[in-house]
Amino acid sequence: MQVDEALVRKIAHLARIKITDKEATALKDELTGILKWVEQLEEVDTDGVDPMSSAEEVPLKKRADEVTDGGYPEKIVKNAPMSEDNFFMVPTVVE
Amino acid sequence: MSKQSELTNLTIADARNGLRAGDFTAHELTEAHLANIEAANGALNAYVLTTADRALEMAKESDKRLGGKGKSKNDAGELEGIPLGIKDLFATNNVRTTACSHILDGFVPPYESTVTQNLWDAGAVMLGKLNNDEFAMGSSNENSDFGPCINPWRRQGDETPLVPGGSSGGSASAVAANLCLGATATDTGGSIRQPAAFTGTVGLKPTYGRCSRWGIVAFASSLDQAGPITRTVEDAAIMLGAMAGHDPKDSTSVDLKVPDYEKALTKGVKGLKVGIPKEYRVDGMSGEIEDLWQQGIDWLKAAGAEIQEVSLKHTKYALPAYYIIAPAEASSNLARYDGVRYGLRVEGDDIVSMYENTRAAGFGAEVKRRVLIGTYVLSAGYYDAYYLKAQKIRTLIKRDFDQAFDKVDVLLAPTTPSPAFGIGEKGADPVEMYLNDIFTVTVNMAGLPGLSVPAGLSGEGTPLGLQLIGRPFDEATILRAGRVIEEAGGGSPTPENWWSDAPAAGKVARPAAKSASKKKKGKKS
Repeated sequence: MQVDEALVRKIAHLARIKITDKEATALKDELTGILKWVEQLEEVDTDGVDPMSSAEEVPLKKRADEVTDGGYPEKIVKNAPMSEDNFFMVPTVVE
Repeated sequence: MSKQSELTNLTIADARNGLRAGDFTAHELTEAHLANIEAANGALNAYVLTTADRALEMAKESDKRLGGKGKSKNDAGELEGIPLGIKDLFATNNVRTTACSHILDGFVPPYESTVTQNLWDAGAVMLGKLNNDEFAMGSSNENSDFGPCINPWRRQGDETPLVPGGSSGGSASAVAANLCLGATATDTGGSIRQPAAFTGTVGLKPTYGRCSRWGIVAFASSLDQAGPITRTVEDAAIMLGAMAGHDPKDSTSVDLKVPDYEKALTKGVKGLKVGIPKEYRVDGMSGEIEDLWQQGIDWLKAAGAEIQEVSLKHTKYALPAYYIIAPAEASSNLARYDGVRYGLRVEGDDIVSMYENTRAAGFGAEVKRRVLIGTYVLSAGYYDAYYLKAQKIRTLIKRDFDQAFDKVDVLLAPTTPSPAFGIGEKGADPVEMYLNDIFTVTVNMAGLPGLSVPAGLSGEGTPLGLQLIGRPFDEATILRAGRVIEEAGGGSPTPENWWSDAPAAGKVARPAAKSASKKKKGKKS
């Protein structure tokens, strides 16, 4: 898999990370290197093999659908870079 | 030996006995460690935050429960008065937690991780937060926003600063340099065992599900697991006993009884079947690693274990499959760092550019690389070719282990392909750095417990480790086999102290005590 700078920019936008031209050039080579290296997985015959969905051989636990926590909005917004009246503040999304 | 170095050189087991017998107080023990940190941290950069006031306060409380100097009292917790360091990946209530990332600048959690809460409930004392690779992504601790952590070990006759390994480099360095009696760490692909091997300490990665992940900054959720780094196998058993246990807040935490690991230690390995995975004998393996491995085989054999070769056919595919799965999960987990709810925020023209600017400024190079790889392999049209393929290979890796454990009780392998390397020596090629985890990553992929035990020194005079791998939830067996290797090999070696009051080795990216990032009040729009 050969990654070009256009693809790096597309992925970076999907990941919501702004990258500089210099970073795009370096990442093009680094990502190509990593993806070339993982290509060796193609050698492995995985026909009929189920993908692993859990590292444990126990069924996932369930609990009653009830509120167990909460009621402290001031704690929730305490670390927010910008907040008001216990709401998170973001730039205008809808005009 | 001064009183200070006497107290900081103790094992957890000995310190516990001394405290209970009233030979010294928890306050004295904590003060001795704080003094060591003060003298050493400039050179080693192991702690990114020390919590001296809280530590002394906790020690005072422990002393009340212990009954005070000269008295003996037994209503104390299992870790009463034991000073520990905490990897900065564990959320600690009202104590800054950053995962050593700029994007979590000034984050002060209003909650405590389950594992650290378990430790405080057992009476342990928190000395501070330890350095690590940003978001636990790295094998050298060079990817920290607080600057690299330095290994207390140096090559013989050489002052080149060496890496302590990673990502739990601060934990390993602090334990090796007597800056705490034990430390918490986390292991996603080798981040407990590899730094333990590089620093001559004991590192235990428990079975996936043994310790709660609640309150630990998430990297790759199907692989992350917390465990201890200590100076002895017995101490690892003591710490795991306190850290482990079922937690309803983590759906993958298993509701199984935590065995008495200390009791298991004395059983020896007579009749134990030890498997030697032949695929771990990789091309280009150094002679000294091969010799170390053979030495470990001979020690276990001499102690009465039965050795047999086993095959783990898919070993060579574990690392490339890991570098699909771990970045995929990371790209998803790290989507939460968007400048809205906590940490850094860099304004932009609109909300998307605010996200992009924040994440550009907040993430380091390795984290960006992995988030991009993860985003790519999960993007439309590529999911089957990469992620699904890797998860199928993971099934095959697990199957290999299941078949091996039909024949043997435990596996023995080297922990790392080399001893500690120098700061800046690797890293030009990301894949070269990834290869550090070649012997450790399989264990995470299969969710198994793994233990690294110091087993000797390299030709350069630096530590090397051997790794024991066990069946799921059978930490007891790897601990007792580890104890045999520890006894045969002489245990944790002691590095020569060059660091106390030494000038700072490298420029630290940011002072550790930096205050919380400025908060701005928003305007209603």
